[in-house]
Amino acid sequence: MVLPSVRKSIIVDDNAAEDISRVEELSYELKIAEVMTRDVLFISPEMSMREVIELFRKGHISGAPVVQDDMLVGIISMEDLIRCLINSDQDSKAANYMTPNVITVNARDPIVEAVKLFVNVKVGRLVVLNDEKKVQGIITKGDITRGLLNALQTDYKQEEIRRYRASHLFEDIESDRTSLILRYNIKARDFTHGGAASSNIKRALVRLGASPQLARRVGIAVYEAEINLIIHTNNGGYLRVEIEPHRISLETTDDGPGIPDVTQALKPGYSTATEEIRELGFGAGMGLTNMSRCVDTLVLESEPGKGTHLKMRIFLNKEESVGEGWSASADKEL
Amino acid sequence: MNLAEIIEKLGLTVLTEEKDFSSIIPTGGYTSDLLSCVMAGATHGCIWVTLQAHSNIIAVAALDEVSAVIITEGAMPDAGTIARANQEGVILLSTAEPSFPVIGKLWELGVKA
Repeated sequence: MVLPSVRKSIIVDDNAAEDISRVEELSYELKIAEVMTRDVLFISPEMSMREVIELFRKGHISGAPVVQDDMLVGIISMEDLIRCLINSDQDSKAANYMTPNVITVNARDPIVEAVKLFVNVKVGRLVVLNDEKKVQGIITKGDITRGLLNALQTDYKQEEIRRYRASHLFEDIESDRTSLILRYNIKARDFTHGGAASSNIKRALVRLGASPQLARRVGIAVYEAEINLIIHTNNGGYLRVEIEPHRISLETTDDGPGIPDVTQALKPGYSTATEEIRELGFGAGMGLTNMSRCVDTLVLESEPGKGTHLKMRIFLNKEESVGEGWSASADKEL
Repeated sequence: MNLAEIIEKLGLTVLTEEKDFSSIIPTGGYTSDLLSCVMAGATHGCIWVTLQAHSNIIAVAALDEVSAVIITEGAMPDAGTIARANQEGVILLSTAEPSFPVIGKLWELGVKA
C-alpha cells in the first residue's frame, strides 16, 4: 500500500485534488487514538535491563515507553537493548539505557501527523499522549496500515449496503399505501433452523435502510416468536412481517395447542417448557417479556385446542423510518 | 483488553475461523445459559460465557452482536454449528474450565459487566 506520505507536495491544486485517494483522505479523517495500540506495557526507570529483556520477550514487543508517576521519561527500543547486551550490563537500570528524547504525537491528531513523523525520523514507534501529556498508547506503521485497512473495509461495506439497499422500493412503486410482506413457515421442533427467520428479517431491514438498533429490536422480537413456534406448537406455524415506512407489524399464527391462561403466560419467568427443552437453554419464561420490551404494542390471543395468534407492532417516527415515503397520515388504515 | 490477549491469557481454543482478534475489544461481559435471558441481557459487543454448545447459540450471538462466545466445561459444538458461526461471523472460543473461574479471570483482566 502506498501511504500518503509518499506524496511530497503539500499544496494541492484542483487537478491534483481529484487524484487524492481515499487512503489519503482517511489519513486526515482517522485520529491517532482510533488506530493506536492501547494496552501498552510500560517500563519503570528503576527496572533492570534484564527485566526489560524479559518483558520484551514475553510481550513479543520491540520497544516500550519508560514511565514514572504517569509521565513519560524515555523509551527503550531494540537498539538500546543491543547496546546494553554489548556492554554485558543487564543488571543496569532501565534509566541508564533509555532514550530520553521521545518523539510523541497527540491522540487527537489525525494519523497523517504520525505518517509525516515516520517519514522524517527513523523510529519504529511513536508514543501517543493526551492533552495532559499522559501516555495513551503507542503507534507503529503497522497500526496505521491496519487502521487504514479497517476503515477501507468499513467504507466498502457501507458502499455495498448502499448499492444493494432496497429502500427506494417504497418510493419507486406508486400506490396509496405500499408495504412489503415477508412470510416464513416455521416447523415444530426444528431447532436446527431456529433463528434463521429472525436473522433473515434483520438483514432485510438493514437493506431497507433501518438503523442497527431498530433491526436488533425487530430481530429479538421475531427470534422469541420464532422459538415459541418451534417449542410449543403441534404443527409449527407461520410468521408474517409487514414492513411499511411508518411501522413494522409482526404476527405469528399456529393451530395449537393454544394457551390456557394468557395472563399467566405473559408473566416474566412463567414457563411450560419441558426439562428437555430447558436443557437446550430455552424455557426461561422470558420470551414474551423480551418481545414486549422490543415492540410498542403486543396482543396475544389464544384458545386451547384452536391455536394462538400473536400480533406485535413497532411504530416508526420519521427519523427511524424504513425505506422512503414515510407519512404521518399512513396510520389511517386503507 | 483485546480478544487476542483474552484468548492467550485464558488459554482458549479458537473454534471458528482465524481473525484479527487484537482489533476486537469486548465492551463487557454477560453470562447465562438461558437464551432468552441472553437475548435480554447481553449487550452489543460484549463477551458471552455459556456452557451451551448447540446450534441455537449462534442465532442469539448474531442477533445480540456479541463480540465472542466462550463455551465452557469443554462442551463442544458440532461441525454444523461451527460452520453456521463462521457464516454469521460469530466467534466461538472453548475452554475446559467451568464458567465461574472463566468469568473471574475475565473480571481480573478488566472485562467487567
